[in-house]
Amino acid sequence: MSELLLIVTLAGQRIALRAADVEAVVEIGALVPVPRAAAHVAGLAALRSKVLTVIDCHASLALEAPRPRRRRRHAIVTTVDGHNYALLIDQAEDVVEVALELQPVRARLSPGWRRVAQGMTEIDGAPLLLVDIQALLAAPGVPAADDARAA
Amino acid sequence: MQDLIADFIAETREMLEALGGEIVAWEAAPEDKGRLDEIFRFVHTVKGNCGFFNLPRLEILSHAAEGALAQVRSGERVPDDDLVSAVLAILDRIAELVQALETGEAISSADDEQLIAALTQTRATEREAGDRIVPAEGDRGKAIRSIRLSVDLLDRMMNGISDMVLARNELARRLREAPGEAAVENAFDRVSACIAEMRDAITRTRMQRMDSLFVLLPRMVRDISAQLGKKVALQVEGGDVELDREMVDMIRDPLTHIVRNAIDHGIESPEQRISAGKPATGTLRISAQQAGNQIVIEIADDGAGIDGDKLLRKAIAGGLLSPERGERLSPAQRTALIFEPGLTTADAVTAISGRGVGMDVVRANIEHIGGLVDAESRPGQGVRLTLRVPLTLTIIPALTISAGGSKFALPRSAIEEIIGAANAAVRIEMLGGASIAAVRDRRIPLVSLADVLGMASACSAAAQTIIVLRPTGRGDFALAVDAVHDHEEVVVKPAAPAVMAAGLYAGTTLTDDGCPVLLLDAAGIAASAGVDLEQAIETPPADISEPGEAARRVPALLFRTLEGTKKAVRLSVVDRIEEVAADAARFSAGRLRIALGGRIFPLAGCGESAPQGMLHILRLSDGNAELAYGFGDVIDIVELAEEMQPAAAPGEVGGVVLIDGEQVELLDPHWLFAAVADGQAELAARGPGLICALSDDGWMENILRPLIETAGYRAVRLGEAGADQADLVIIGAEAAVPPAAPAVLKLRAVPAPSGPGDDSIYRYDRESLLGALGERAAAIGKR
Repeated sequence: MSELLLIVTLAGQRIALRAADVEAVVEIGALVPVPRAAAHVAGLAALRSKVLTVIDCHASLALEAPRPRRRRRHAIVTTVDGHNYALLIDQAEDVVEVALELQPVRARLSPGWRRVAQGMTEIDGAPLLLVDIQALLAAPGVPAADDARAA
Repeated sequence: MQDLIADFIAETREMLEALGGEIVAWEAAPEDKGRLDEIFRFVHTVKGNCGFFNLPRLEILSHAAEGALAQVRSGERVPDDDLVSAVLAILDRIAELVQALETGEAISSADDEQLIAALTQTRATEREAGDRIVPAEGDRGKAIRSIRLSVDLLDRMMNGISDMVLARNELARRLREAPGEAAVENAFDRVSACIAEMRDAITRTRMQRMDSLFVLLPRMVRDISAQLGKKVALQVEGGDVELDREMVDMIRDPLTHIVRNAIDHGIESPEQRISAGKPATGTLRISAQQAGNQIVIEIADDGAGIDGDKLLRKAIAGGLLSPERGERLSPAQRTALIFEPGLTTADAVTAISGRGVGMDVVRANIEHIGGLVDAESRPGQGVRLTLRVPLTLTIIPALTISAGGSKFALPRSAIEEIIGAANAAVRIEMLGGASIAAVRDRRIPLVSLADVLGMASACSAAAQTIIVLRPTGRGDFALAVDAVHDHEEVVVKPAAPAVMAAGLYAGTTLTDDGCPVLLLDAAGIAASAGVDLEQAIETPPADISEPGEAARRVPALLFRTLEGTKKAVRLSVVDRIEEVAADAARFSAGRLRIALGGRIFPLAGCGESAPQGMLHILRLSDGNAELAYGFGDVIDIVELAEEMQPAAAPGEVGGVVLIDGEQVELLDPHWLFAAVADGQAELAARGPGLICALSDDGWMENILRPLIETAGYRAVRLGEAGADQADLVIIGAEAAVPPAAPAVLKLRAVPAPSGPGDDSIYRYDRESLLGALGERAAAIGKR
């Protein structure tokens, strides 16, 4: 079964997201902070007349790596349960149509990546992680659905 | 009425559907108190609505079920399987009857009694009856006569149009930055006007007049009072007040409960009333008015009042209060016990009310929609219940503030007062590491918003502003913020779960310039800062040491005029605030007037020209006359300082007061009413005294009469009642002078007099005509 995948760079790694979950790739300017919210909530931004909850994916991946501080950042826009989110990414690369064959990841991933990864797929000869957008929205430390099932 | 019944049917069905799960769960665990309460409330609501709509069969059934459930609630009866299935059978029958109401078919009432008897039967004899109970098999969906639009859909439309407004604002900004062709701007203006109109229309689809509720009251009051052998006169006011459709739905039940209670427990029997020296007929006054962004509904009876001490004894006996704490309650707090669950002053349970569920449900329902309910009782003189509910749920008035460099919004409904920290009326005290604000005669816990949010305050403590908050009728606390910006009407959208998890926010919104802003949750902030709001209510209020001080403070409305300057007006003369299309205002008959709700009011505050676009107006009332005052925006409600510098010359502005260190002109209502309402006042002053009889012809009736009336005469036709007492008779030049006329004015149809002896006036010689009328009035005045 062929599926559209969006390839983006996140924390320096190329990953794949299901394009069906992504409404748009936008540039995000200044953020309105949300004090006392979980660390992965970077703030609020307005897109047209919608309020977007902006998610810092580095934080949801529990990565300590310093984030690039740019004034305008790329983000993908998605809607879950009627709420609009923007997930900050490094860069969007391409949309590809592939016959998706998910393979289990046999290598040992860092816990943050393991939480969001749904599997591995091969695109143009390179292996890419397929990442679950909903898992990225959750606070780090909250087990993803797959983990819960396994446990 | 048909619409309301359709609503009732749909609502009952929805409740039954929602209750389905609860019933099943209750069957499995009959001792579950929460579920029992749910079912109890349902049958109680059905009972209430049945009284409203006069559906006796449903009422008898629900009353019976309520009775049995009340016994279980009070512990007099242990729920067993038989009782559960008997209650279930009644609920099924209610569903059946509701279904029948809609389709118009008849359902035999033969076994209603059996269903009711099943509730009381003992275990041994009940089997048989239990077997009879068969669940209803209704065929649904026949003959639906009305369309029920879900409020969700209306909300979506409302949100959609709000988005359009924001998008329009952004486009307008872009167009300003890059001026384009005139044609583009014209097209934009057209789109803009369309959007404004749509917004207005959609807002209106959500609005309903209070009349839709009030129209049912007379019948209900009549029926209940007849049932109880009482005499009650009902007075209803303010049916033209509009509020959100959803709100109307939300207050229907509470209002019904209160009216029932007032007649059942408030108003005494005619005999008791006479022996208490009151008229045999009790009075129930129900009024609605708009006060800013709230609707205030008052239900006042002139009955016996609430016996606060009796409530207190019951509360102590029921273990709600310790005797020591009870001792400390003020009379008002004792009256407020009426809202505690399970308390009632009624000794006897009647079909009308009095199981002690009504008032706590009323309070819960009203608070659920962000409203407040207050009871004020005077023993022997009656009870006044005041419901305050917001106009709408989706668009709320909010105050934008900032703390720690970020902007936030606070719902206006939670705000009691705004005071500068440097104001002499407030003193900040430290107590074991906590801050307390002493505001005049009260001490309130003080919380710094920047601290709660974990941010650094951007200004010194003295430069901060203190906002006294009272979330949903609980205790109050003070919040220190860095700055207060503006009042805005905001469209609230739910925030994402990750944001709500902080426990401090009620939602998000966008400002007019398209920036996201978090709406703060006042109760959440108090909880996060460790402020105990419940405790505040329990402590008896400190004695007001200086009653004179309190009495001198007059609330006033601070607003921006159409020219953009700030002015204030005493709140007590403001009847309500409305937003109307400016084209309702016309320069007509010598002054600006505005048409509102089918009446015409003089319009002040707009200068000499008719205003454009949408117009905010204050409706001012002096008790008799009313006038409208056009203005720009509401800024705040403030307390006036005692000192006012009088204006140099009498005029619209009576003087200048200091508000937050700024000079603000205060309107002089006396001058306004005198200037604007003079025509009417003069008319009223001399109107009844002067009667003018006109001969019976079309010209006099149609063309002359208005002029006569403007001059202060009451016009009657010759030969009509009152014509023989006329002060002046006006006839045609050729007509015969009626006998016994005190004064006669003859009018001729041609400009030139017919001869030297002609004492008639040309009928279009306005000046002479008015002169003659004035002379006659003056002559009578001298007499």
